[in-house]
Amino acid sequence: MLLSENFLLALRALKANTMRSALTMLGIVIGVATVVALLAIGNGATASITSDIEGIGSNLITIRPGRQMMTIRNSTQAQVGSLYYSDYETLNKRVVSNVSGISPAFSSSYKIKYGSESFQVSVTGVMEDYLPIRSYQIENGRGINGSDNDSRSRVAVLGAQTADDLFGNLNPVGKDISINGVKFQVVGVLQAKGSSGIDNPDDVVLIPLETGYSKLFGTSAIKDGRQTVSVILLSADSSETVDTVIGQAEYLLRREHDIAPGEEADFNISSQADFLKTMDTVTQTLTIFLGAIAAISLLVGGIGIMNIMLVSVTERTKEIGLRKAVGASKNQILLQFLIETMTLSLLGGLIGILLGVGIAWVFTVLGLITSIVSISNVLMAFTFALAIGLFFGIYPAYRAASLHPMEALRYE
Amino acid sequence: MIVAENLSKVFTMGENEVRALDGASFTINEGEMVAIMGPSGSGKTTLMSIIGCLDVPTDGRYVLDGEPVESLNESELAQVRGRKIGFVFQQFNLLARTSALENVMLPQLYAGATMKERTERAKKALERVGLGARMDHNPNELSGGQQQRVAIARALVNEPSIILADEPTGALDSKTGVEIMSLFQSLHRDNGQTVILVTHDSYVARHTDRIIRLSDGHIVSDEKNPSPIKAGAARDEEH
Repeated sequence: MLLSENFLLALRALKANTMRSALTMLGIVIGVATVVALLAIGNGATASITSDIEGIGSNLITIRPGRQMMTIRNSTQAQVGSLYYSDYETLNKRVVSNVSGISPAFSSSYKIKYGSESFQVSVTGVMEDYLPIRSYQIENGRGINGSDNDSRSRVAVLGAQTADDLFGNLNPVGKDISINGVKFQVVGVLQAKGSSGIDNPDDVVLIPLETGYSKLFGTSAIKDGRQTVSVILLSADSSETVDTVIGQAEYLLRREHDIAPGEEADFNISSQADFLKTMDTVTQTLTIFLGAIAAISLLVGGIGIMNIMLVSVTERTKEIGLRKAVGASKNQILLQFLIETMTLSLLGGLIGILLGVGIAWVFTVLGLITSIVSISNVLMAFTFALAIGLFFGIYPAYRAASLHPMEALRYE
Repeated sequence: MIVAENLSKVFTMGENEVRALDGASFTINEGEMVAIMGPSGSGKTTLMSIIGCLDVPTDGRYVLDGEPVESLNESELAQVRGRKIGFVFQQFNLLARTSALENVMLPQLYAGATMKERTERAKKALERVGLGARMDHNPNELSGGQQQRVAIARALVNEPSIILADEPTGALDSKTGVEIMSLFQSLHRDNGQTVILVTHDSYVARHTDRIIRLSDGHIVSDEKNPSPIKAGAARDEEH
């Protein structure tokens, strides 16, 4: 008997109990749809986070105060140590090769005000290189430049979101805003980068760092009589030189901070690659977790199939007896029922894939997340569904095949 | 041709041994029409299972067309069944929602015939039982007699050496029963088909040439029936 005939036979048997077959299939449909949709959404989230991180700046190296290892337990310890403006000056002077930009930054949250509009926003004092390092583009006006810092001008550049919130449809360039009661003139607006979900790069106010020290930050930026910075950003000129630059910066800062070899530094240097790696681990764990949940629902679906097939074998005992009487061998009966189960899970798998892709598509259309349906994930879900059909089909099929023909024929 | 020597079948039920068949010996030649008779519990169903290769004896020899069958394994038995035995059951045992033609094609499917062969032979078998015009009907669209004819066509389709019928008229009214008996007689008379009827009804048994009586697993008598009832003729006489 041909496989295709077995398949047709299975379809007919399933059609004989359409409602029951459909309900049985539902378990697999939901399982496969969940796997496909969750993986597509997970992939989409990963891709979006990755592109956001890459969008923070190219070959970005971040130096922050605090220790390298940040476990939750000693997170207070991690705050020990500071970065100083002088650290920036040292790095700026000494690390020259392979660096395309360097800028310290000091951030603090202030109330900004224009007309009747006012809200709290992160205000960051920066140097000229900050914009190119962070891959900010100017939408309107100009950025912060060297002379703004030299002359301690009270000028500000607004992020796209901040400009929108504060000015609405008005052109902010040339207008005066108040930051913590200090008057600043808006000289430029940044192009929107899109929310990264980590911190919104469009909801910022950039001012010259020197202006900040002298007019805004006050004592909050002073420690032990020295000007501190929140972060020092460096941009390597290529991805190959990132590690070299990190090495140089670490060596210089350890010397500057008088840290003995082997002792833990009071600052930490991370590159975008480290960040990407961390995020990758997180999203991978998340995807595996979601996949496991979906796999459990597939398993439950499989048990449902087995249950129904066992009922079906009992109901069709006479039919099995007859088939055996007219010459069907044990293997032929086994194959018939196995193919019936496989057909059920195969159809369920196909419908589930369509449904899963549909759900992923709805997520994309609604703008919740740009889901990515990968062929390998679809194939995996499908294979898994078939394997479930095979696994849970074997026992009922074996039961059917093992029936004694005479007893089966006389079964009432 | 069937040669049965000292057939025994023992079933173990819990701690009890039930000797359903106890040393039955007989020979049925090709072309014979035989009835196996006995009350329920006499072992006739067990004997039928063994003759039909649905089961193997615990003891004894069973040779079917020169082939010893008693020691075959399950899949070999299935092959022998498909090739040599055509079953007819009291309850017809047709597949529901399946046309008469496809029901008759079923044994051919397991015999490994091509689709074309299957269809041709099934059509021929249905025509032989007088149902050429109702091939596309499902069992629920056919009368009891017609359903049993489909079952007989199914038994014929593989051209078996033996038709083994288990109470074939048991579920039919007497008039339809006569028609079915007439069909069996004509298969026997015109085609030389070996027919074995298993029944508890002596009236049915008297349509055959030879009656084997069973009781408590033993053959109590094995006699020729010199004047079998002619099913068609009996009806003619009534008119």
